[in-house]
Amino acid sequence: MSGSAYASSLELVSGVVLVCAVVTLWRRSLSAIVKALAVQGLALGAVALILGVDLGDGVLIAVGCLVVIAKGLVIPALLGRVVAGDPDSRETAPIVNVPASLVAAGALTFLAYGATGPVVALIPTTAGRLIPLGFATLLIGFFVMAARRKAVSQIVGLLLVDNGIALVAFLATAGVPLLVELGASLDVLLAVVVLRVLAAQMTSKFGVLDLDQLRELHD
Amino acid sequence: MLAIIVLAVPFAAGVAAVVVPWQRAIGWLCTAAIGVVLGCGIGLATRVVHGPPVIALGGVLRVDALSAFMVIVIGAIGVLATWQSVRYLSAEIEAKRSSRRHASLYAVLVQGFITAMLLAVLAGNVGVMWVAVEATTIITTFLVGYRQTRGALEASWKYIAICSVGIAMAFLGTVLVYLAALHVGHHQHATLDWTSLMAVSHHLDPGVMRLAFALLVLGYGTKVGLAPMHSWLPDAHSQAPAPVSALMSGVLLSVAFYALLRFKAVADGALGMGFPRALLVAAGLLSLAVAASLLITQRDYKRMLAYSSMENMGLLALGAAAGSPLAVAAVLLHILGHGLAKGVLFLTSGEILHAEGSSEISQVRALLVRRPALGGIFGFGLIALLGFPPFSLFVSELNMLRAELQVGLGWAGALSLVFVAVIFGAVMSHGRHLLLGSGPVGEKVHSTPAFVTVPLVGALVLCALLGVVAWPLDSLLHAAAHVVAR
Repeated sequence: MSGSAYASSLELVSGVVLVCAVVTLWRRSLSAIVKALAVQGLALGAVALILGVDLGDGVLIAVGCLVVIAKGLVIPALLGRVVAGDPDSRETAPIVNVPASLVAAGALTFLAYGATGPVVALIPTTAGRLIPLGFATLLIGFFVMAARRKAVSQIVGLLLVDNGIALVAFLATAGVPLLVELGASLDVLLAVVVLRVLAAQMTSKFGVLDLDQLRELHD
Repeated sequence: MLAIIVLAVPFAAGVAAVVVPWQRAIGWLCTAAIGVVLGCGIGLATRVVHGPPVIALGGVLRVDALSAFMVIVIGAIGVLATWQSVRYLSAEIEAKRSSRRHASLYAVLVQGFITAMLLAVLAGNVGVMWVAVEATTIITTFLVGYRQTRGALEASWKYIAICSVGIAMAFLGTVLVYLAALHVGHHQHATLDWTSLMAVSHHLDPGVMRLAFALLVLGYGTKVGLAPMHSWLPDAHSQAPAPVSALMSGVLLSVAFYALLRFKAVADGALGMGFPRALLVAAGLLSLAVAASLLITQRDYKRMLAYSSMENMGLLALGAAAGSPLAVAAVLLHILGHGLAKGVLFLTSGEILHAEGSSEISQVRALLVRRPALGGIFGFGLIALLGFPPFSLFVSELNMLRAELQVGLGWAGALSLVFVAVIFGAVMSHGRHLLLGSGPVGEKVHSTPAFVTVPLVGALVLCALLGVVAWPLDSLLHAAAHVVAR
């Protein structure tokens, strides 16, 4: 791959990861949010594939394929079924409204550029320059978990956090060792499955899937 | 070989619990398996206390004195908890709250939970350790929600949502440590092994390590229950079945703390003592403050025990911040002493809840008169927890304070004493309500079977002995402290 094509394609797909994170804040329909998450998973896989092809690293290419399957296809499909089973599948009254959320996303992106200074300074490459995008995705994920009411939105927030971290890991180190990478992906998949099971149990107990229902335990 | 047995035996017991439908014999088999773990832990400790670390599976497992000590802690409290699980499950099945299949699931999950904790402390690689700690989160989520009540489901949702975020931050911290190790230069092949990280710790990039350690403290700190990421802890610990609470409060928090201790040694090398110390002091004092303020008005005795765990984790953070060998040895002794005392208290609280039907402090009265065995054990457990001599928590808290004075953290130690005094008063007052007074006239005295009380009393006696005689644990604590402190 020629140098400039490599750089611009890496910039493009890394940018898509962040844009998808912002889309989850912008859209209210849960099915649209899950679609954005699927696109983000595909873009994340593409990051690993581009880096793998550029470095001639077969393991990284395999990891990229795995990410495409797990985060682009399997996890969104699992979430899609939860959304389909929920009678009220819109984020009608988020804790922080949409315009304010978008402003917050902008602020968080600035914060990400500030916090990652020392990391970017250590890696003077195209990939290194893009690391703040991963941090911004991570911070937006935290924000989604705090500012949205639906149970599915919290799962989406968790996955944004995870995708942001994966993006940082790919860009900064061309992926952690395979054993750890596999363990980490498997754990996230399991966590999502567990949350899905809990969501199903809560729907059958409480009727709807609003986290406002969780008011029993407090001091 | 011993290291592999430690992991294989509880795993095998878990498999047996899947294959054979639940019966008491399976419960005792699971207890025996954890007994084997405890024995192997002691065997490993005698081997590594004066010798080199034991390596197994090509470096995936690595046992030094610190790991061996943690295996002993997990084994000791694991035996207690699995022993009481037999009674817990039998009572649940008798009360028709649980089916035999459901009981099998519980037994499997508890064995898996203990195996994952053992893997976390035996792993020679920070990545494998991370995977193991995350696995404990996933397994215990089902155990927290085991009772399927609204409260239990709510607690398990909060637990997995908050802890997954925390553990994700710990993963990012681990990635950044790996990045720093990749850029050390003269090392051709960077790995995530403890030994190679410790070897290059002085050459790791300080800027990256500062960010990494902050993320690790926040991330693993979530699992430790350090403020500000603690809000899952009182819910999960109060909603889980009592033996699971005992394991979570007594061991799981400490296993996450073990990860912090290891990473602090790496960060100390890269950054000097100042930055890691400041972070841990802040987290420790904040946790103590939150625990103190919520204990004063606490109305639920299981939540009271949960907040007391948070207090003790805050004390451990301050001890680790001091970071001298004396401090770390005291931290480790505190981990064991707190594990035993808190394990006993949670298990007793489960018995009390089962007998009285309420976990509200105001609903339970005069336990010493009405249920002398349970009340007595609960009372002595509280005395141990509050740090009265001769129990080992007195010695460890005193030594942590001494170490803090030696390294110039006297002000933090003094501040922690203020919080501890407030908590002391609050817990004493709640304990007085639960234990003292006179029962309704004419109510007969309830007895408790010996097979419940004997292990609990044994654990308290052990906790007291550890406070009186330093042998044989002293040389192990010393060796373990020198693994992560200079």
